[in-house]
Amino acid sequence: MDAILLQILNGLDKGGAYALIALGLTIIFGTLGVVNFAHGALFMLGAFCAVAFKALLTMQKISIDPTQMTAWGTPMEIRVPYVEAWFGDFGATLLDYSVPLSILIAIPVMLLLGIVMERGLIRFFYRRPHADQILVTFGLAIVLQEIIRSFFGANPIPLPAPEAAMGMIDFGAALGFDAGSVVYPAWRLLYFLFSLAIVGAVLAFLQFTSFGMVVRAGMADRETVGLLGIDIDRRFTIVFGLAAVVAGLAGVMYTPILSPDYHMGMDFLVLSFVVVVVGGMGSLSGAVVAGFTLGILQSFASMNEVKAIFPGIDQIIIYLIAVGILLVRPRGLMGRKGVMEH
Amino acid sequence: MSDFKISRRGILRGTAMVGAGLAMPTILTRRAWAAGYVNEPTGGTVTLGFNVPQTGAYAEEGADELRAYQLAVEHLNGEGDGGMLGTFSSKALKGNGINGKKVQFVTGDTQTKSDAARASAKRMIEKDGAVMITGGSSSGVAVAVQGLCQDAGVIFMAGLTHSNDTTGKDKRANGFRHFFNTEMTGAALGPVLKNAYGTDRKAYHLTADYTWGWSQEDSIKKYTESMGWETVAAVRTPLGAGDFSQYITPVLNSGADVLVLNHYGRDMVNSLTQAVQFGLKDKQVNGKEFAIVVPLYSRLMAQGAGDAVKGILGSTNWHWSLQDEGSQAFVKSFGQKYGFPPSQAAHTCYVQTLLYADACQRAGTFMPSEVGKALEGFDFDGLGNGPTLYRAADHQCFKDVLVVRGKENPTSKFDLLEVVEVTPRAQIEYDPAMLGGELGPYNNGA
Repeated sequence: MDAILLQILNGLDKGGAYALIALGLTIIFGTLGVVNFAHGALFMLGAFCAVAFKALLTMQKISIDPTQMTAWGTPMEIRVPYVEAWFGDFGATLLDYSVPLSILIAIPVMLLLGIVMERGLIRFFYRRPHADQILVTFGLAIVLQEIIRSFFGANPIPLPAPEAAMGMIDFGAALGFDAGSVVYPAWRLLYFLFSLAIVGAVLAFLQFTSFGMVVRAGMADRETVGLLGIDIDRRFTIVFGLAAVVAGLAGVMYTPILSPDYHMGMDFLVLSFVVVVVGGMGSLSGAVVAGFTLGILQSFASMNEVKAIFPGIDQIIIYLIAVGILLVRPRGLMGRKGVMEH
Repeated sequence: MSDFKISRRGILRGTAMVGAGLAMPTILTRRAWAAGYVNEPTGGTVTLGFNVPQTGAYAEEGADELRAYQLAVEHLNGEGDGGMLGTFSSKALKGNGINGKKVQFVTGDTQTKSDAARASAKRMIEKDGAVMITGGSSSGVAVAVQGLCQDAGVIFMAGLTHSNDTTGKDKRANGFRHFFNTEMTGAALGPVLKNAYGTDRKAYHLTADYTWGWSQEDSIKKYTESMGWETVAAVRTPLGAGDFSQYITPVLNSGADVLVLNHYGRDMVNSLTQAVQFGLKDKQVNGKEFAIVVPLYSRLMAQGAGDAVKGILGSTNWHWSLQDEGSQAFVKSFGQKYGFPPSQAAHTCYVQTLLYADACQRAGTFMPSEVGKALEGFDFDGLGNGPTLYRAADHQCFKDVLVVRGKENPTSKFDLLEVVEVTPRAQIEYDPAMLGGELGPYNNGA
């Protein structure tokens, strides 16, 4: 039982990332009709906002100490981070909380990136076939990846969670199990709660604001909204920016879980597309439900007891479920009629 | 008397026969010595092919390998400070290229994919005229490229490849490996683990699901089980899984008190970081402190894992902090050129280039069979690992193995591992028949 509970918790934090990326993908697909293969790259760029922020905070004053030599015979460089030198303890706290603080940087950066991407490239592909859209966005993802690699290298870059969130939370005691039998890293739980908050905020924004109402109307019937004199294109540009912010924030907060490297977006991209398809193309709540469900099922499939019966099931479970769902419900779990059907 | 008519056709036929007869000895002798091997260098230069991952998960390691190769070429051509040429026990190389020919090189991108690596090696052999291929950062790639080089008739000097299979069941006459293997890691690490954690332990393996991972798991199991450890579970994980947490959560309540991570590269960085995140480093199980073991370490990867490597035991082929003359000469050349110390991948690639060049020089030719014979049974020193033997039976180098631990208080971002023990060569030697495979005959290509 404790093992099952642990895998559920594990599926929830994994599912949180899937749900956030899939949510952005669905928003873009639902509004702009674009299949965005660069969405994984946006997740990666978000993670690198945290890396860049940490790099800024740890900018070091370099001085040469001629009395000490390196192993290869050059004078030793002495490095002191400016932030710690200037602000002392406050500087150290800033460094400790660099990951959550980089959200403040990531929001404007990702919004701007999203808008530039949409205005500069994506909008020219609205009326082109989906194959063209996939090719251009996939190409864009590779370009973004290589830019990041040229700046930050190919190695993963460790970004620890704040000291306060590094520990483990003991669920066992709270739920009546033996103390210490169900412990889970605090940051991963935080990530799950964070993803719920973002999903809630995005859905509320689309549901309860007039901007959201227009966007939803545009998703249902773009032409009619245009005929009413509303500049739907401008709003859709902002929606693209919003989706980029969601993917970016998912990336920022994921950095203590997975040390970011330039390729991390691709790892999530394919899975997120499966999540979107299983949830139903164009369905926001479908993407969220499918994200968490597939995360949990993937965790269960990795249990030794399951792998003993079906060896290798952990590597194909997501695709098996996708096949099963599409056979039974061709539009996905919560797919709408008419989306991708013309 | 018979009629003897001279016809035009008869004259033509006769001339052709006489011509072919006269030319025959020349054709035979030319085939016998001149066209004896593929890509024989005819001008003043010789071309080597450096096949390293320039993109993909091992790109950083590939970049370091390429730096080492460029440095080796400089030293072979008499440029720079000469690096380990000055400390190498063989003095055949004079800094004037190989066999009097200036060394030049071409590069290929393996992408850490077997098919891409084979394609780039093929291109370097067929289009660029490379007489030797070297490099790689994965055993899957090394085995694939080694097979291609055997068929094409060029020498393959393996880069970073740690699976037993490279010089075991998949060994080939044209292939040579300087890097150590998982059998040696097991033999070196076993006694150190016994001293550190005792004989009553329960181990849980997470293993990368490909040739190297299986080989590593088998070797560690063999040595730990023989000293009394029990293997609780050995779970295969997909290569490049990213998030390993779903494989780590079952470890928590499995009763295991040791986690062995048979992962390398990005997988190692992620699985180790996540294992530490799940509190395994500070956990108490069965009344003992939980231990994590990373059998194959790399300083480049340790950088990626950050603080997570502190106190974790593993093994490595070479480390820049070694104080022998050869290592210091190499670290000095590399550090002065690039501003940071070389990785173990860079070291093995540099050494392999020097060893190949030296063998060609001693053989007086680039012909694979002759170069191979010069390498077989070659005893040398001064290249950073102490006295080393290139064993003839399997083309595997035998030398001391380093057992290292993640440093608790690193003084710089490169100073992450400390050498715990130098396991002597005698302790890690094994019978070549143990790993199976056949070298087969050399292939000179032509």
